[in-house]
Parts: sequence; structure tokens; C-alpha cells
Amino acid sequence: MSYTDIERQWTTRLRRRFVHLLPPEKLLPDTQPTYVSSWIYVFGVTTLAALVVVIASGSLLAIRGPQWWHTSSVGHFANSLHLWSVEIFFFAMVIHLWGKYFMAAWRGGRALTWMTGVVTFLTSIGAAFTGYVSQTNFDSQWISTQAKDGINATGAGAYFNVLDMGQMLMWHIVLLPLAAVVLTGLHVLLVRVKGVVPPFDEPAKVNA
Amino acid sequence: MRTKRFRPDVDVAPWKGGHAPYDIIKEGTIALVVVGLLTVMLAVVFGSPDEPAVTIKTWSNATPVDFAMTALSELNQTSGTAQYGAPYNTASTGQKLGPLELAKWVGARVPVNTVRDFVINPLKSLPDQPVLTADLRQWSTASTSTRDQWIKNYTKASTHLTFVNGQVTDTANNVGPVSVFINDLTQMARTGALDQALVTQSGFYTTNFTLPLLFLADGSYLANLALHQHLMGDQWGMMNETGNYPGQAWLWLYTFWYQIAPFNSSANADVLVWGIMMALSVVLILVPFIPGLRSLPRKTRVYRVIWREHYHNTAQ
Amino acid sequence: MSATQFAALLPLNTLGHYLHWHFIQISVANFVVIVLMVVTFVIALVAPFPGRRRRKENQ
Repeated sequence: MSYTDIERQWTTRLRRRFVHLLPPEKLLPDTQPTYVSSWIYVFGVTTLAALVVVIASGSLLAIRGPQWWHTSSVGHFANSLHLWSVEIFFFAMVIHLWGKYFMAAWRGGRALTWMTGVVTFLTSIGAAFTGYVSQTNFDSQWISTQAKDGINATGAGAYFNVLDMGQMLMWHIVLLPLAAVVLTGLHVLLVRVKGVVPPFDEPAKVNA
Repeated sequence: MRTKRFRPDVDVAPWKGGHAPYDIIKEGTIALVVVGLLTVMLAVVFGSPDEPAVTIKTWSNATPVDFAMTALSELNQTSGTAQYGAPYNTASTGQKLGPLELAKWVGARVPVNTVRDFVINPLKSLPDQPVLTADLRQWSTASTSTRDQWIKNYTKASTHLTFVNGQVTDTANNVGPVSVFINDLTQMARTGALDQALVTQSGFYTTNFTLPLLFLADGSYLANLALHQHLMGDQWGMMNETGNYPGQAWLWLYTFWYQIAPFNSSANADVLVWGIMMALSVVLILVPFIPGLRSLPRKTRVYRVIWREHYHNTAQ
Repeated sequence: MSATQFAALLPLNTLGHYLHWHFIQISVANFVVIVLMVVTFVIALVAPFPGRRRRKENQ
């Protein structure tokens, strides 16, 4: 293979592109701008940490199946870990959203970072909802029979049947976590690529 | 050189100032440990709710007359499910979002016939019931108008339904096999056999609880339990959890619309509220592009508190 | 492991308490969570952040 052949390979081109966009010192930085000087900045990483605990506690529940927690105190404790990590996840995520809004964090070409964040938020609500209807208890019976009216009214109920526990459980443990993790990954990588948004400053002329 | 107008709510000059040491891995690790410990603490202190599921067996034993009335509503097709429309049947056009009949356009793709699925098929599954078998044959060979007359007569007398000595008793006349159907279905429900028959209509290995859940929701028992737990729509129930546990506070805006006019009395409330929330979600996604909305952070000056150290240092 | 080892210390299984204000009804639990969120947000904004001297040196 000639040198030109190697340069033209998909692997080579993708690697070069990725390393150009995100060199190691940008992917895992050891400094940050001095304006990052507020506790409001910790809520992004707190949300991320909570997502890790949500997935870990959910994995614990998966070990023994969806009925386990009704008859086992260990299982019930695993369920409690899952519930409270979800509460912390939404708690931190909403505060992170408030903080980023008041910083106008979309400035300087960071609109996609904002947008992926909001879509992740909406996806998380979907994941929480499918979780609630997968509990296999009175709560899931009530929530599913009520939510069906909202979802059916849009036409989506013909394909997304909230009364079908099997379907809801698989959306909850496979499809929506995958979507949430991919979107979160994109969101975090965008922050690394673009950097944390600088403060508002005096208007300046930008040379074209 | 051309000068592009600087838009303070969209543009920002690249940072040319200083950088301070930052340990990203350490920060992530601390966050994970703190969140992990907090989760364990909350789980140890408060646990989580687990109100047991309701079965048709519990319902029919607790309130047999309510069950019998619901069974009748499935047979005379006045129940919520029978009248629902898409995706279960074509009994109604469903809700409209302006001129859009979204559910109707998609159609009845989760077909439920309440007479067949909630009454006739479950009764047919009972073995060694000569009287019931004969009644089922009478029903299947009767004309539609005859069946309608039987049901009409039974419905007229249903306000006097009682449950005595384990039997549903009525004062109706000329009702054909309807009386037997309602009583036998109630007995079947009270043994637990109806729960099973409704689920296994779709096969042995099924995780689809559409039929028993629709049947439960058509009655009053489930709703009364929900009312007791403050979960009804007009109680802002969408936000709530059973007991004293925190629920889904983030759904406050979704359920808010249901509490006010015109949504609180509209037959199209569900699709209208969904439409509003979809629109607001799109607005939230597109904030960076919406003048006015994207200016509020600069105008409210909360950022002066966040970056006060930076402004203090640069002023010096 | 015994069942009691994993039982909650203060289970919140008693019937919920609710606050009413005009047409608004909110559970005490949800109200506490929302208040905590607002308080946490405000504290995050105003609380001093460590490393001030180091940042000033690197300005």
C-alpha cells in the first residue's frame, strides 16, 4: 500500500479529523478559563454522575428481573437507589438548565450544545415515563391508563402502547437509555470542542 | 475589511485571558462519590413506594356490583373503552387538534371489541359449563335486534342490581342469556380466572396487559384508589406519587393546562395540551435563535452574580 | 441477609399531605423538592468558589 493509499483510508481520515477537532489536551484538559469560578458550574457533572448511578442501579434491578423488587428487601433497596438517583438526576439537570440559560450558554457557536441538552432533557422525561409504567404495581396501572389518553390522542398510541408492559420495559431499558447516553455523550463532547462559554462583555467588532 | 455586527446575545469574543489548573477526572470522581453517597442515604432513609397492583379479582371481590355494572357497560358498549375510538375501535372520531383528527387518521391498530374480548371470549374459555354453553349458543344464533333488546331490558333494570349470597341478582325480564353472562363473568372475575383469560388471549408468553388494564380503567375501583392517593387529573395528579414521596415535579407545566379553561372542560384537552407542550418544547430547543427570549439572560443580569469574580478582576 | 436490614428508616408510605392555593394543589413532598431546587440554585450563584487566589494569579 502506498502512502497516498493510507492517507485516503476511512480510518486515517476519521482519526485525523477527530484528533484535529478534539486533541487529547482538549478532550481531557488540565486547565480551564479563569472565569469558571462559580458553584453553578458543578451541576453539569452532577447530572452526569447521577446518570451513571441511575444506569448502575437500573442494572442491579435488571439482574433479577422486573418482579424481584416486590418480594425481596434487597430488590426493594435497589429500587429505592434507582428512584432517588433519578430524583437527583432531574434536580441537577434542571438547575444546570437554569444556570446555562442565565449564562446564555449558546453564544459563540454553541447553539448545538444547548439544543442537544434540551433534547436530552426531553428524552429523559420519556425514559422516566416508561420507567413509571414498568414498575408492575398500582402506580404503573394508574399512570398507564391515564397517560394512554394523552398519547392516543396524538395517534402515537397505535404504535406506542403504554398498556403493553413488555414494550414499555424494553423502551425503558434499551432504547431510551441508549438515546440518553448517545445524546449526553454528544452534548459533553460539544462542550469539550467549543469550550465553556465566556462571560458577557462589551460589544466588539468581529472582523469577517 | 468588512465588519460584521456583533450580536451580544449570539456572539462572544474568543477567550484570550488566563487559565487556571483544572482536574477534570478528579471533579468527575468527586461528583460520582457525592451523588452515590447521597443516593444511598436517601434510599436508606426514605425507601421507595410500592402500592400493590390491583387485579380484577380484588376489584370484583371488593365491589362486585361495580364490576357487574362495568361488565354490562362492555356488553352494551357504553364503557369508556367501547366508546373510545382509535386506536381501539372506530366508535368515535377521537380528539381533534384544530382540523387534525390525528388518532382517527392512524386508525384502530390495537383492536378491542369489548363484547367479544371482555365478555364472550372469557366466558367461552370456561370448561364444563352446560348452562353457560347453551346460553352462549343462544347468544351467537340470535339476531342483532334480539341481542339489542335483551341488553336494553337488562340495562333498564340494572339500577336495581345487587349482590346477594355470592350472586349478582337483577329484576330484569326478557333478557335472554345476559343475566347469566353478567353473573358468571362476575364469578369468573372473583376467582382470578378472568385476569388470566384477558392476558392469555394473546398467547401464553404475553407481557401485554392492554385488555385487563382497559377493563380495570372502565370501572370505578381503580379510580377510587387513585382519588384516595391524590392522583386524579384535577388533583394535579400527574405530578404526584403515592404516599408522601416526591413525584414528577417536572410535569408541573404539562398538568397545569388541564386545570384551566378551556382545557378543563374540552373534549379535545389531551391533544390540545400535547400540542401546546410540543410547541413549547420546540421553543425551548430553539431559544438560541429566538430574539427576545435569548436576550433575557443579558437583560436580567443574573450573569453579573455568576461571573462577579471575573468582572472584579478585569475591572482591576 | 435479613429483611429488616434493607427496610427504610422513615418510609413515606402514609397518605400524602397537600397544600392548596386557589386552583393550585401540590404535595408537600413536591413543594419541598421545588423549594430545595430554588434554594440550591441561589446558593450556587452566591456562594464563594474556592481557588480565587490561583485564578487571580493566572489572570
